[in-house]
Amino acid sequence: MSKALEMDRASAVMAYDYDVMKEDFAHAGSASSDIKKKCREIGLDKEIIRRIAVMTYEAEINIVIHSEGGVITVMLMSDRIEIWAVDKGPGIEDVELAMTAGYSTAKTSAREMGFGAGMGLPNMKKCCDEFVIESAKGESTRIKMVIRL
Amino acid sequence: MEKFLHSVILERDYCNGCTYCLDRCPTQAIRVRDGKAEIMTERCIDCGMCIKVCPYHAKGAQSDSLEMLKKFKYNVALPAISIYGQFGLEYDMNKVLNGFYQLGFDFVFDVAYAADLITQIQKKRVEEEGHVKPLISVYCPAVIRLIQMRFPTLIDHISQLESPSEVAARIARKKIEEMTGLAQEDIGVFYLTECPAKITSIRKPIGIEKSQINGAISLEAIYTKILRMYDDIEVVQQISKCSGKGIGWGMVGGQSYAMGAEDYLAVDGIDEVIKVLEQLELGKLNDIDFFEGYACVTGCVGGPLNPENPFIAKGRIRRLSAKYPQEVSMEAFGEITEDMLEWDEEIEPLPVMKLDADFKTALEKLSRIEALYHMLPGIDCGACGAPTCRALAEDIVMGRATLADCVVRKNNERKYNLSEER
Ligand SMILES: Nc1ncnc2c1ncn2[C@@H]1O[C@H](COP(=O)(O)OP(=O)(O)OP(=O)(O)O)[C@@H](O)[C@H]1O
Ligand code: SF4
Ligand code: SF4
Ligand code: SF4
Ligand SMILES: [Mg+2]
Repeated sequence: MSKALEMDRASAVMAYDYDVMKEDFAHAGSASSDIKKKCREIGLDKEIIRRIAVMTYEAEINIVIHSEGGVITVMLMSDRIEIWAVDKGPGIEDVELAMTAGYSTAKTSAREMGFGAGMGLPNMKKCCDEFVIESAKGESTRIKMVIRL
Repeated sequence: MEKFLHSVILERDYCNGCTYCLDRCPTQAIRVRDGKAEIMTERCIDCGMCIKVCPYHAKGAQSDSLEMLKKFKYNVALPAISIYGQFGLEYDMNKVLNGFYQLGFDFVFDVAYAADLITQIQKKRVEEEGHVKPLISVYCPAVIRLIQMRFPTLIDHISQLESPSEVAARIARKKIEEMTGLAQEDIGVFYLTECPAKITSIRKPIGIEKSQINGAISLEAIYTKILRMYDDIEVVQQISKCSGKGIGWGMVGGQSYAMGAEDYLAVDGIDEVIKVLEQLELGKLNDIDFFEGYACVTGCVGGPLNPENPFIAKGRIRRLSAKYPQEVSMEAFGEITEDMLEWDEEIEPLPVMKLDADFKTALEKLSRIEALYHMLPGIDCGACGAPTCRALAEDIVMGRATLADCVVRKNNERKYNLSEER
């Protein structure tokens, strides 16, 4: 299947890849915290930094909880920031349902750790200027999020 | 204006050039250059971590001596709350506080009693309908500076109330003016403190224009003096007027306990504070009412200028706190309105990590940092004088160091034989 979403790495001044492992709760949040540091260095507005941190964090946690592992890529460009979350499956059967606030399939173990409110995807969408999600059962989930500067 | 930036300083003569302090500094403010540590002042939050870990006692806090009392006609001592944990339980703390008269002070005010007053106002704020959640305590200035630097979106959460020592100073000043008719400039107010960050706040306040305190004397400096003269201290006054809850402010969790808060977080140790602030900034803890964070493990009782072991001292605070009355009369404060205790200056973000004022230039610098970083060994050994390889790459781009500073790379030239123009 041809992917509608193609990453344009060449346009990025800087691209950071963060490997995110399945069920690796101990390190979840490290991509978010690291990218925040970089954003502070380039002097982005504090509210934009917060949004980037939230999107990255929610994407990280979703890969940890719901997928077989994946990669978060953050691309810093002169006019925008792109955050990509690409995992190794198992994919989402009904994307529209998954995007609904409050919908969650998180297991009890994840819920006990405070996840599973079904707010991650809606929050990610709310934080960015452009949100594209591509997924199907048995395939990888690919999310592209853009913040225009 | 006097150029004062920080209380935490380095005595070059004592510094051995070891790298103990380098990677303990939470803001990567320390570099070792030519065998001596240096503090990048704009990054220092005065947390005192470097003072605690330096084996050569090369790091210290700029504080005043008792000599300074001579400058004033009348002197007030404000012993920090955590003094309650510095003496064994066989010592009578009221007697200890009376000892300050023998050290040359004319008046002593119990800061823990001022904390009781702030507890009441802070409690009201926390219980107010629709307040920002969580409200962040202002008590540890190192944490406040950290928020200004690293978590600017949390600035709006800071409770913006004056600290107990400022309130104590203000009340003491008023009282003494009434009692003696002296002009304010003849009254010297001294904070006997455990904390370099609080010393910095006296000279360079956050949230208020000018501190009511004239000088800061380290608790360590007067500790043995009091111990030595203890038997001869004459008790002339009941100075210790606080409640047990006021004493509790000396340790982590004390503020929340004093307010009877239920949904609160009390965190000690700067690394743990940073982790929780990350979660706060992500909006993950918005159901919490109150957050108190302390740079020092155990809270202020573990402050860098306190002589006693933090855990032993914390144990004492806990026991004294239970022994003292739980409620005390606030009458002695006279008319104090809430707005008198509020900060009146805006707290600004401190974007000290910004590489350049211009976005495109900053972005370009960042990409040069990453390129350089890939040329370095990545073992973060600290031999170059920077805490990590990434920090050295940044120093090179910012013109503070050169690639040759990495001795590891130099000694393995062939292994790292990558051109600079890669
Ligand atoms: N990367 C993914 N792979 C497979 N399924 C996913 C992925 N991300 C989300 N989902 C599915 O979409 C649902 C909704 O995701 P969302 O992030 O909104 O909520 P949540 O993760 O369940 O809870 P919260 O994010 O509030 O902790 C998830 O419960 C899961 O079924
Ligand atoms: S006081 Fe804290 S922030 Fe300042 S240099 Fe020392 S360790 Fe770093
Ligand atoms: S915890 Fe207390 S003693 Fe330590 S830095 Fe903060 S205010 Fe100072
Ligand atoms: S490996 Fe080189 S750059 Fe890295 S910390 Fe050691 S001396 Fe510094
Ligand atoms: Mg989620």
